Amino acid sequence: MPQDAYWESDTDLFNIELQLLLEAVFLRYGYDFRNYSKAHLKRRILYRLGISGLSTVTDLQNKVLRDREFFKDFLDDLSINVTEMFRDPGFYKSLRENIVPKLRTYAYFKIWHAGCATGEEVYSLAILLQEEGLLDRCQVYATDFNQKVLEIAKEGVYQKKDIVEYERNYHLSGGKKNLSDYYKSMYGSVMFHKELSSRIVFADHNLVTDSVFADVNLILCRNVLIYFEKSLQEKVLGLFYDSLIPSGILCLGTKESLKFSNYGKLFEAINEKQKIFKKRIL
Amino acid sequence: MYKAIVIGTSYGGLEALKLILPKLKEDFPLPLIIVLHIGDHSNDTFINHMNAACALEVKEAEGNEPILPGVIYFAPPNYHLQIESNFTFSLSTAEKVNFSRPSIDVLFESAAWVYAKYLIGVILTGANSDGARGLKIIKDSGGKTIIQNPCSALSPAMPRAAFKICKPDISLKLEEISDQLIKLAFQK
Repeated sequence: MPQDAYWESDTDLFNIELQLLLEAVFLRYGYDFRNYSKAHLKRRILYRLGISGLSTVTDLQNKVLRDREFFKDFLDDLSINVTEMFRDPGFYKSLRENIVPKLRTYAYFKIWHAGCATGEEVYSLAILLQEEGLLDRCQVYATDFNQKVLEIAKEGVYQKKDIVEYERNYHLSGGKKNLSDYYKSMYGSVMFHKELSSRIVFADHNLVTDSVFADVNLILCRNVLIYFEKSLQEKVLGLFYDSLIPSGILCLGTKESLKFSNYGKLFEAINEKQKIFKKRIL
Repeated sequence: MYKAIVIGTSYGGLEALKLILPKLKEDFPLPLIIVLHIGDHSNDTFINHMNAACALEVKEAEGNEPILPGVIYFAPPNYHLQIESNFTFSLSTAEKVNFSRPSIDVLFESAAWVYAKYLIGVILTGANSDGARGLKIIKDSGGKTIIQNPCSALSPAMPRAAFKICKPDISLKLEEISDQLIKLAFQK
């Protein structure tokens, strides 16, 4: 690949150009990737260089600054949209067993699903709430900074080839029916019932630059913080802390932890392995 | 002079590592960072087992964790493991690379960016071609490259694929690898 020679000759130069590019993106478009982990960004940028025929990151920066359509593609490169229904079934099982009884005590509650990508996990949550008779008592805010994936999430249409795996995850997570009870098949796709999304608001929200949601009972933000440097993780954990009601619940990805964070002491673990935490009452 | 060792392996890798890692003593001065393809299930069992068998601490790498000398880190199943320029780990759930997550190429490439000529890259037994490109990047960045002799590998496909695009500095039988790592690790 042509870009290999480019960065291998001078990784310091690559680092400088990367920093300038991220600054340019922030100044021009307001998306702030400056405190994202760099290894992942580098891979994505090299990928975009490779397929666009540009030879340096400086050339890429020039095009990003002047060509809004090109920037949209680039933004897509930088966002991770790999997801699945009932991803980590053990997590959903614990949510059902340990958190649902608590939600049941509220007449009305709010859930914030931050970084929802194409929505597979939001529909999983909606199915779980439906089965527990709680869906019509709640409001779910499902947010992402990528408007393209939010459009897909709103549609609730997914590829049929993935359904076998989703069905298996669903049962491992303690699902009470069949996943097929919740969607309609159409050619190579499945469309989830609209009643599932009736309580979901899909909204454009950027964890890095936007502000808090008020009085949220439950936050899910899984496999988003892994892309952030420590300083940005702290900032976003602060955003979550401020958004949650006292004894509100925070759910992170299975490899995300509060261990190295100052917020560790402000939450107590409900399920350490599945990364389910409760905001302490101070 | 070297600052880190990265190792990639898949089929037969657990057996190979069981021969190599317990031979490293407490004073081993480098971190070892390993991608072993074992499927999506948890690492806990074999990490506990390795810990019991090794003088060095063996653990699963965590995001933002500082990389320490004399510790053996394994990539968590279903996550790519990468190295940041401040010598910490980052994880990613991005698409599989070479049908693999964790991918050896992803680890090796990010390690080469950070450690350049101070890195030792090792490809052991394995049944696919992941790691070949990453090893070449380590070599092109000035690092030291080692490939297990395919004839001595339980599954020769991975060493062969690496050989195809990267002429290694050293090719060794499985039982020779630990001594070589010790020699390189203590080299001034």
